[in-house]
This record gives sequence, structure tokens and C-alpha cells, in this order.
Amino acid sequence: MIRYILLRILWLIPVIIAVSLIVFSLMELAPGTVVDAMMTEEMTEEAREELIRRYNLDRPMLYRYGLYMLNLLQGDLGTYDTTGADVWREFITRLPNTLILSFTALIIGTVVAIPLGIIAARRAGTLVDNTVTVFSMIGMSMPLFWLGLLLLLAFSLHLRWLPSGTFDDGIRSLILPALCSSFTLMANAARQTRSNMLEVLKADYLRTARAKGVPEEAVIRRHALGNAWIPIITAIGTSLSVQLAGSVVIEQVFTWPGIGRMAAEAVRARDVTAATGVVIMTSILYVLVQLIVDLLYALVDPRIKAQYLSAGKKRKKRAA
Amino acid sequence: MSDKVEAKTQDAKTLVKSKYKKRSQIYEIAHHMSKNKGAMAGLIILGIMVLLFIISLFISWEQITAINPHARFAPPSRQHWFGADNFGRDLFLRVIFGTRYTLAIGIGSVAFASIFGVTAGCFAGYYGGKVEDIIMRASDVIASIPGMLLGMVVVTVLGQSLQNLIIAVGVQSIPIYLRMTRASILSVRNQEFVEAAKSIGLSNTRIIFTQVLPNGLAPIFVTVTASLGISIIVASSLSYLGFGVPVPHPEWGAIISGAKEFARLAPNLMLFPGIFIMVTVLAFNLLGDGLRDALDPKLKK
Repeated sequence: MIRYILLRILWLIPVIIAVSLIVFSLMELAPGTVVDAMMTEEMTEEAREELIRRYNLDRPMLYRYGLYMLNLLQGDLGTYDTTGADVWREFITRLPNTLILSFTALIIGTVVAIPLGIIAARRAGTLVDNTVTVFSMIGMSMPLFWLGLLLLLAFSLHLRWLPSGTFDDGIRSLILPALCSSFTLMANAARQTRSNMLEVLKADYLRTARAKGVPEEAVIRRHALGNAWIPIITAIGTSLSVQLAGSVVIEQVFTWPGIGRMAAEAVRARDVTAATGVVIMTSILYVLVQLIVDLLYALVDPRIKAQYLSAGKKRKKRAA
Repeated sequence: MSDKVEAKTQDAKTLVKSKYKKRSQIYEIAHHMSKNKGAMAGLIILGIMVLLFIISLFISWEQITAINPHARFAPPSRQHWFGADNFGRDLFLRVIFGTRYTLAIGIGSVAFASIFGVTAGCFAGYYGGKVEDIIMRASDVIASIPGMLLGMVVVTVLGQSLQNLIIAVGVQSIPIYLRMTRASILSVRNQEFVEAAKSIGLSNTRIIFTQVLPNGLAPIFVTVTASLGISIIVASSLSYLGFGVPVPHPEWGAIISGAKEFARLAPNLMLFPGIFIMVTVLAFNLLGDGLRDALDPKLKK
């Protein structure tokens, strides 16, 4: 098991190298350089050349990439080409904002979605079930930026209950963005829960459990839900990793100072160092969330856990 | 003599029976889909979309970009069904015109992702071993770059245009298609007809594209349909963020992006294009669900 985790973490190294190479070279290929963006009318030709030398733009791209990787090896993500701010510091000050938003959304989404899915499955074909199905279908089809704008329009512009576009209003400013980003997750998880519970509810072992007199509550919670977890976790995990890394849209709509917006700003400003840095960091987050999801599988399903363990044993035997 | 006759009638009977049984898979799926209300609703919506697209061919570029100061922020009325925007441009015409972008993005990104994803997935699934390892690791790397960020970078590099938006959206779907194709191919590649094809000396490429792929196409098809909705959402989100088609083009996400400043004054400007996005995506999702149910014998009731 530990070996497996270590292997997965080692896998981060090729990911970092490949991701940095892809993003760095793509950003370099983009028309225009930082210097063009920084040039002003009053600047002399010499000042321009000075800038070009400072950013090593007179050297080949591989030289700059090598320099970047050398710094990265020492744990240095470099500084913004445009403003000179430290990329790592900027990332780490913004990360908590994104984490708060994502996890609040995750909690709201899961707490609502799983019971809804279970209820819908138990009363399949009734009005409740149809409502949940329609709701989750619509939730999955709604573009989040549009939903966010509608929420802002309704709750902050018309009703004036909640602030719009501020971040400093504590929990009040968290409500709308969290609700909005929990929406897709909610829809997805409710749907996944419903369809898996439907399948599991037909299983023989549920009949057995009921026959031996297990109370209905425990039948559902332990025997049914216990066997329906995997796809639900997959749905939630996918949503979470998308949110952590790609919350660009939500952060843009609600002017939330998270890493998604940081990435968007860096890309827009053609800031090669900052863009590469932020994409590397979010990719790491992404891979880690996937790892956690895979480990959760083992936690909820003893069969998968046994697989991990037996794989380790086999290797030991072979070594011996 | 009578024995022979009996045998013949027996033959005829089995022939009739097998003819009855030998409905094609496509027929089976179509039959199953026609009973699925959701899938039919999705199909009807998509039909309407195609109709709107045809209507949009009669709208000139002049009509949707001409500035008309008299109609600024005109509310929805008989003259301007969805109202008019800050330049006095008719929103209804712009939204209808926008169907072509959405359709192009849907079809284009699927085609782009299929060319790379399905082909690579076929090779990975069929050959296995080192080829598979390399392809899958490469796909894992692409998959570990958050889609939205990759899309933004791609559009920044290539420049803002419809084609580049299609590429940016398509690139994100490649790993999904690749995985699905590989899994599907794996389930087919060891069957007898593949062995037969090998034994009569067909080349590997030919076996893949004439024997293996057609038999593993069903789950790939479901994935494609289901991912179409997501592709449309991603494309409109990129447009909304300013990484889509350039400004005067009435792509739905771009219209919403332009309308958000006037949300208070004229909420209709962002309401209608949003509804169009939602309904289109809903149609694809319903269709994808229907297809999956039709193809998955486990879920058949």
C-alpha cells in the first residue's frame, strides 16, 4: 500500500517535467513577448534591449526553459515576468481561498446530493424520483458562469441579501460562489448515487439482509450504500479536482481571488513564468486529488484494499 | 421423402426465425431509444437546433453587427423578440446566428478529439505492451493539466478564432476518448474473429480499423455523445472568459460575457443565450443517457 502511494507520488516527477515543457513552450510560442507588453512610448531602444537581455530573450528558448527547470529543482517557481512578484508566494496566498471555496462546495454538494440520490432510488418512478432526476439533469446542463450571473442578479442586485464581487465580507461573500460551484457536483453526485443505489437495491444480498431481520435503516446505510460508494466517490472526486484546478470560471464571475483567476491573469498577460508555475502547481493538486480518490476506493471497498495488499505480498514472495 | 420435406420446412422455420432475430444492432438501439422519452426529447431539441441553424443561414453578418442607436436596450417586443443589446443589435437574430458556432464547436471538437483519441486508443488497446504504456502515460500527462487552463493556453498561443477554440476544447477530450477506446478495444481484441483476421494475413492496421474498431464502437459512441454537452459548456466558458471567438461574433458565451455589465438594466440579454446553451447541452445529455441505456444490457428493464 505504501509502496503504491510512493509510486503514485513519484509519478508526479514526469508529470511536472512534461507539463512544464508543454506549457512553457506553448506560452513561448504565443505571439508577443513580455517586453512588448511592458514597452511604453517613452522607452528608448536601449531600454528595450536591456529588457530583452534581462529576460534572456536573446537566447534560445531551451536556454530559458533550462534556467526555469534549474530554479524549479531548487523549489523556486521564479518571479512574475510582468510585476516581479514571487510566483510561489502569490500561489500560496491564493490557495486557501480556492480551498475554502472548493471544500465548502464539496460539503454542500455531498450533504445534499447523497440523501437525495438515496431517496430517489428508493422511491423510483415516483414524483420525488422524477423531480430529483430532472433537477440533476438540468444541473449538469447549466454553464456555471451563467448560473453564477443569475445568482448574483437575483440575490445581490435585486434582493440585496448578499454582497456581490467582494471577498472581504466573510461568510456572506462565500455563500453565493460556494452554492454555485456545488451545483454541478450536486447534480452529478445525486445522479450517480441514484443509479447505483437502483442497481444495488435489486441485489440478492439485500434480500438476505432483510430476511435475517436487519432493520431497514441499516440495510440501506450499510448493505446498499456500502456497495454503491465507488462510482459516487468517482463523481465527487472528479468534480473536486475540476473545481480545485479549474475554478477559473467561478472565481472570475464572483471576483474570488483564488488560483484559477491567478492562472487566467497570468495567461492573459503572456507571463510565461507565472503561467507555467501556476499550471504546474494546479496539475500537482489535480494528481494528488486523484490519488486520494483512489485511496478512498480502498477505504470503502475491502475487495480493492485486498488487491493492493495481495499485490504487495506477491512482490515480496517473488523477491524472497 | 416425407422426412426430407419435414427437414426442409424445419430449415425454412429456422431461417425465418433467424431472419427475425438478425435485426441489426443499430435497429435494436433505435428501437430501444424510441421508447426512451428523454432521448426522444433530446433528439427533438437537436432537430430544432438544426432547423434554427438552417434559418440562421438566411441572416446576414450585416444584420447582426449593424449598430442601431434607436434600439439600444430595447426590451423584448414583437419587433425584437429577445430585445436588443447595448449597440441596438437584435438579440434574437444574434442568438439564432450563434447556433452555427455551437454546432461547429460540437462537431469540430468531437472530430478533432476522435482523430487523435480514438486512433491512439486503438493502437494502445490492440498492441498492448510498450506502445500501450507510452500512449497511456502521454494521455495521463495531458489529463493532469486542468482542462480550462489548457484551453486558455492553447487559445492564447493560436489566437482567438473559431478553429482554435475547437482545438482548445477538443484537446481536453482526447484523454477521455482515448481511455474509453482502449477499454473497448481490450474487450474485443481477443475474440475469434480477430484471430481469424490475423490468420488470413490481414495487416495489423487493417485489422484494427476493419475488425476491432467497428465491434468496439458502441461504448465509444456513448462517450462521444455524453461529452458533447460538456464540450459545449467548456467552449462557452472559454468564450465567456475572453478566450473564445473574437468580439463581434455572437457565440452564446461571448454574448453573455458582453451582457453581464448590463445585468441590472437588461437581464434579458444574458438570460436568453444562457437558456439556449442549457437546452442544447441538456439535449445532448438526454441523448447520451438514452444511448447508454440502449447499449447497456444490464440496465434494460
